[in-house]
Amino acid sequence: MFEHQEIVNIEISELQTHVKKLCDEGYRLVQIGCTALDHFQIDYTFDKDHKFFDLRIKLPKEEPKLNSISTIYLPACFYENELHDLFGIQVSGMAIDFGGKFYRIAEKNPFINPKNLEEK
Amino acid sequence: MAERTIIPFGPQHPVLPEPIHLDLVIEDEKVVEAIPNIGFIHRGLELLCKKKTFEDMTFVAERICGICSFIHGVGYCQGIEQIMKLDIPPRAQFLRSFWSELARIQSHLLWLGLAADAIGFESLFMHSWRVREKILDIFEETTGGRVIFGASKVGGTRKDINNETLQRLAKTLKEIEEDYRSLAKVFEQDYTIATRWSGIGIVSKEEAHSLGAVGPCARASGLRQDTRLLKYGAYEHLDFEPIVETAGDCQARTVVRVKEIFQAFDLMQQSIAKMPEGEIDIKVTGMPHDEFFSRVEQPRGEVVYYIKGNGTKYLERFRVRTPTFANLAPLLKMLAGCDLADAPAIVLSIDPCISCTER
Repeated sequence: MFEHQEIVNIEISELQTHVKKLCDEGYRLVQIGCTALDHFQIDYTFDKDHKFFDLRIKLPKEEPKLNSISTIYLPACFYENELHDLFGIQVSGMAIDFGGKFYRIAEKNPFINPKNLEEK
Repeated sequence: MAERTIIPFGPQHPVLPEPIHLDLVIEDEKVVEAIPNIGFIHRGLELLCKKKTFEDMTFVAERICGICSFIHGVGYCQGIEQIMKLDIPPRAQFLRSFWSELARIQSHLLWLGLAADAIGFESLFMHSWRVREKILDIFEETTGGRVIFGASKVGGTRKDINNETLQRLAKTLKEIEEDYRSLAKVFEQDYTIATRWSGIGIVSKEEAHSLGAVGPCARASGLRQDTRLLKYGAYEHLDFEPIVETAGDCQARTVVRVKEIFQAFDLMQQSIAKMPEGEIDIKVTGMPHDEFFSRVEQPRGEVVYYIKGNGTKYLERFRVRTPTFANLAPLLKMLAGCDLADAPAIVLSIDPCISCTER
């Protein structure tokens, strides 16, 4: 493997503290992504001098809620709007809240409705 | 205080090849705030991993975008190969690098042509695309395609280039480089271009970092940030230093791309000179059952593929973070405070690829 990838699992309550620390240390926010398993796996990916670091949290699928990190990293709000539109995750405190209109998609939260995909 | 007006910019606009909408909040002729809006052509390609096998997903990855298609394929294949611990042949690595740099040249030339066209420099636009046609001819000769190539696959490459052809291409590339040199001089030194692009859309080094800029947008602001420094594929054996400018304006972003074309020519010559003999692929057995964040350098900057396998032929998750998505936040900074008349040039200066972003 050409790149060592450090993935650290944390609790939701620790997210803001960890993100603030990484910001202070000079890390760049690379992306925020979600994977729908039996829960939602949210990855906050960072980079500093090409060193990879990932913070991972678990969210329940029922009424998933998150606090925005866009007060620390402004670009986070675009990824958070994506989490809302594609996965139905409610994110509070986003610097720019598109109110569910970030993606103009025909179906609501398509990434948590695999049944709809099979029908097509 | 001047009255504020909102000017809708896009999704249909002469400088926009693809749809993105911006609400430009202006006071008199100054933009004070810009709010982007995308999602007009969101295709949900990521979800296809539930219906296409992990090997067929290579074709889906290539179709994320028609400009950076080859490197999308490489990034995806590299991710699967890391998960399955596949050691692909060195020749395949070098071939991938060769085509990746060819793709960088055609993408940058496409942008340079569009940028020239946007400021009414029609002859420069035509010459840029004339040179680009020669690059596409090489793609067609070596892969069979001019837009979608299908040359990369999990475990190596589908196509090989024989050594005689490589030696001939080395000469052809030198001729194209000389042809391009006269164009580069215009982009770097022409008074009209410098007057139009210098000093607008400025992003400082600190802002570029905090806003997550990638690719030429980051490097034009003084950041030495290039995913190829991870030494993936054959880049471990190729010598290069990222092109960095410090002005952070539209002209700096142009100059970075102009110089990166010369760098790409050099990397291709190095690839040809160091091309090892041997196989171009290996047999792939088993199914991916792990996860990896694959990162490669597109012409527009770092692209990230998160790939998670579950031990079946279908992936659990395939996610793509494209460079244009990362450059949205820096774009807002570039637009704040600019003249309304400069907004089209500034939007174009990030080389927006909405097809990638709306994967």
